[in-house]
Amino acid sequence: MIATDIATLLPELILAGGAMVLLLFGALRGEKGVALVSMVAVIVLAAAAWFVISPVNAQAHAFGGAFVVDDFGRFAKLLILLGSALALELAEDFLESQGLAKFEFPVLVLLATTGMMLMVSASSFIALYMGLELQSLALYVLAAFNRDSLRSTEAGLKYFVLGALSSGMMLYGISLIYGFTGSVDFATVAQAATKPGVNIGLIFGLVFLISGLAFKVSAVPFHMWTPDVYEGAPTPITAFLSMSPKVAAMILFLRAMLVAFPGAFHQWQQIVVVISVLSMALGAVAAIGQSNIKRLMAYSSIGHMGYALLGLAAGTSAGVEGVLIYLFVYVITNAGVFACILAMRRDGEQVETIADLAGLARSRPWLAFALMMFMISLSGIPPFAGFFAKFYIFMAAIQAHLYIPAILGVVASVVGAFYYWRVFKIMYFDEPAPAFDPDLGGRVRAILVGAGAFTLFFIVYPAPLVMVAQGAAHALLP
Amino acid sequence: MSHILSIVTFLPLVGALFILLARGDTASAARTARWVALITTLANLAVAILIWTKFDGASAAFQFVERAQWLGGNIDYHLGVDGISVLFIVLTAGLMPFCILASWKSIETRVPEYMIAFLALETLMIGVFSALDLVLFYVFFEGGLIPMFLIIGVWGGKRRVYASFKFFLYTLLGSVLMLLAIIWMYLYAGTTDIEALLAHPHFPVAMQGFLWFAFFASFAVKMPMWPVHTWLPDAHVEAPTAGSVILAGILLKMGGYGFLRFSLPMFASASAQFTPFIFVLSIMAIIYTSFVALAQEDMKKLIAYSSVAHMGFVTMGIFTLTHQGVEGGIYQMLSHGVVSGALFLCVGVIYDRMHTREIAAYGGLAARMPIYAACFMVFTLANVGLPGTGGFVGEFLTMLGAFLVNTWVAIFAATGVILSAAYMLYLYWRVIFGKLVKPSLMAIQDLSLREIAILAPLVAATLVMGVYPNFVFKVTGASVEHLIAQNKVALAYDRAPKPTAVAERAP
Repeated sequence: MIATDIATLLPELILAGGAMVLLLFGALRGEKGVALVSMVAVIVLAAAAWFVISPVNAQAHAFGGAFVVDDFGRFAKLLILLGSALALELAEDFLESQGLAKFEFPVLVLLATTGMMLMVSASSFIALYMGLELQSLALYVLAAFNRDSLRSTEAGLKYFVLGALSSGMMLYGISLIYGFTGSVDFATVAQAATKPGVNIGLIFGLVFLISGLAFKVSAVPFHMWTPDVYEGAPTPITAFLSMSPKVAAMILFLRAMLVAFPGAFHQWQQIVVVISVLSMALGAVAAIGQSNIKRLMAYSSIGHMGYALLGLAAGTSAGVEGVLIYLFVYVITNAGVFACILAMRRDGEQVETIADLAGLARSRPWLAFALMMFMISLSGIPPFAGFFAKFYIFMAAIQAHLYIPAILGVVASVVGAFYYWRVFKIMYFDEPAPAFDPDLGGRVRAILVGAGAFTLFFIVYPAPLVMVAQGAAHALLP
Repeated sequence: MSHILSIVTFLPLVGALFILLARGDTASAARTARWVALITTLANLAVAILIWTKFDGASAAFQFVERAQWLGGNIDYHLGVDGISVLFIVLTAGLMPFCILASWKSIETRVPEYMIAFLALETLMIGVFSALDLVLFYVFFEGGLIPMFLIIGVWGGKRRVYASFKFFLYTLLGSVLMLLAIIWMYLYAGTTDIEALLAHPHFPVAMQGFLWFAFFASFAVKMPMWPVHTWLPDAHVEAPTAGSVILAGILLKMGGYGFLRFSLPMFASASAQFTPFIFVLSIMAIIYTSFVALAQEDMKKLIAYSSVAHMGFVTMGIFTLTHQGVEGGIYQMLSHGVVSGALFLCVGVIYDRMHTREIAAYGGLAARMPIYAACFMVFTLANVGLPGTGGFVGEFLTMLGAFLVNTWVAIFAATGVILSAAYMLYLYWRVIFGKLVKPSLMAIQDLSLREIAILAPLVAATLVMGVYPNFVFKVTGASVEHLIAQNKVALAYDRAPKPTAVAERAP
């Protein structure tokens, strides 16, 4: 039995094993092996993706149901692996130029990715917590990766302290859930939670659990760490933080709510609606005053998680489908935006304020065009991919009769459009600032082109992503 | 032939792609961009005219229909035109070459980007009129904000940033509510196909009010109706000449088109219920903005306010739901598209020479610029609604329609005609007549050959529309008849006692 269980876990094992081998290799070779380690790390991610797509056995459960493999999880895993690979590729030239090229970086990314893969497959609270902590610990270190920079270490420390607090809350919630249902298994909890009149102790546990999860997706009111960490962490690591971990936490949120607490739907729906609306509103309003583009992206990510949570609040298969499409588009667009941010370099120095983008349309028309597309896409205006992502979310919300949250959501998107379009305005209307360094680096350029093409041409043939997301959503909620 | 609507919609994008790929130094790139844009828009006009000639005006059905799988789940790529929309496509394609020509000299910076923005805008505008799927319509409708935002913001006047953001946020806020309504309709009816929704427009009466209002929010801002018109004067004043032409000529017509295509046939009960509300807003627009126009010192602002007033006639006419009123509304939109576009071009002509739009800076131009004065006079009189010009037919028919429905509305609207004569003739008098005393105007040149080439066809169009309106009605007649019938059927359905309700009441 254990052999088939392990075969089911093959992608995660590849990642974990790969991380350890690379760690040993890196420790032996030192700084000379960095390029190789980074390259192999991407290959390891690709190998894991291969086994996610074509699993060696068709078994859906492992370890007594604590670990599930379904289409929903596989969709999320591929997205996570994609996000991690993009982050690794974005990071390489940057870290080298900043004197941060250390072999620990790819290893930590691999370990964090392993944690995320466990998160999306977790079907018991212990597995959930284990995956979450594995991910979080690696991310804390990554945030402080530039250990000689005050900002970066501050970001890491803040992230760690607040993250530990949220993990503690979540663990407390899990213990309450265990105490009142007698199980940590999602299916058993679900049975206990369907009894009429959901137990008040269980509700308490649920609230603590949601608090912890809301912290991980950086939803209001647990968002405070996000701007500081995003600003302080080295840019490619910020990119990483904004992609894969957000996907993993959101997927975990979906599975925990929809699988473990379908009976308490009305209880958690209220909470999720409130944090969703607050996130959308705060993300839109607070970003207006930002001058640092990484901080802006932090508030943007808070807002976007609000929209994704609206899909969860619908609690339907359409909602899950909407969230999956949303996350996919969000990851690709974010990769593109951060590729642009990495290109913001003058005389070898990274610059980060929005004002530095002034007149980019004249000095670097293609870069400006790409960033313009990403910004419009993030603001959810057609014809770019972001519009369709929001479209499916709002479709799910309306279907679930969440009219007021949907209206508040579109109004927030108008407010949010102001700051996204301000970036657009600065690039196109303003007098040019000194030009950026011309050399983008091949990898950043490739990601920019890929993400741009996706954003621009998604409208032409959106059906495949929609179909796959639909299938994945049906796997979770038949 | 079967893809002719796709061709007319996306041909401009092909031109934009050419400009994008053209290489060379700034001067040669600008030259290439101008010529490619001109040739593309002329070719597109030819295609649009071909569609017009092949269009069967006797039929109210959608023609040149195209359909392809798109988003899945009954949201398709679906194009088609009927009598209401086909002429707007011709108008759009027809105004574009004038815009390109009007920008020939006056736009000198970043010419390729400018031409690309205009060509992209043409695609999106034609798409709005040819889309037969709500989501597709929305994509075109809202996508048009991007190039227009650029055109105002990059090539505009002093307060261009303010104006472009005001334009963008106003219209966006209006249209996001429509998106929610579209989604609701999709979930209720299971399709966003406009043809199917028109055939069975049976949304529950209780919901129609909300849906109607969501669409209204979008179209009223776009139209623009009083009191959400305030973005228009700012946008007009700051936009470059060609941008103003497109704004007044085409973008404002999307609102009226939307009312005709969606609000009236699909939400018949709500439309009937809100008709007095629309009448009040229309009258307010006609009278109030006319007075505001009287007080303007800036030519473009004056014409912008006059546009709001003229759009008041359109909404009034459309919502009378009489044959005369609706036909008049459509005709008014088409003629206003030509006339206001031409007026902005006229302002552009003297702006290019003097770089000011202040009325007080001019006077006595008739002496130095006789041809210009003649052209300007034709458009001024057309804007007033003098018989024999395009403006007359629309205003007359909308008021006729209003008389059939509500005499008071018609009486109030009629004062708008007088007021429009007041502000337009006052403008004309101050700019063209009087003594040529200002030293700066002494050396002003009359129209160049290029400018004559721009204005002459528009003069001809204005006069033709004034004396032979039937060439429009031949196309629109059947579709308008069908629209009114549809509205009646839907209204009767909504008012009829529902058999299901009876069954429920029975024990």
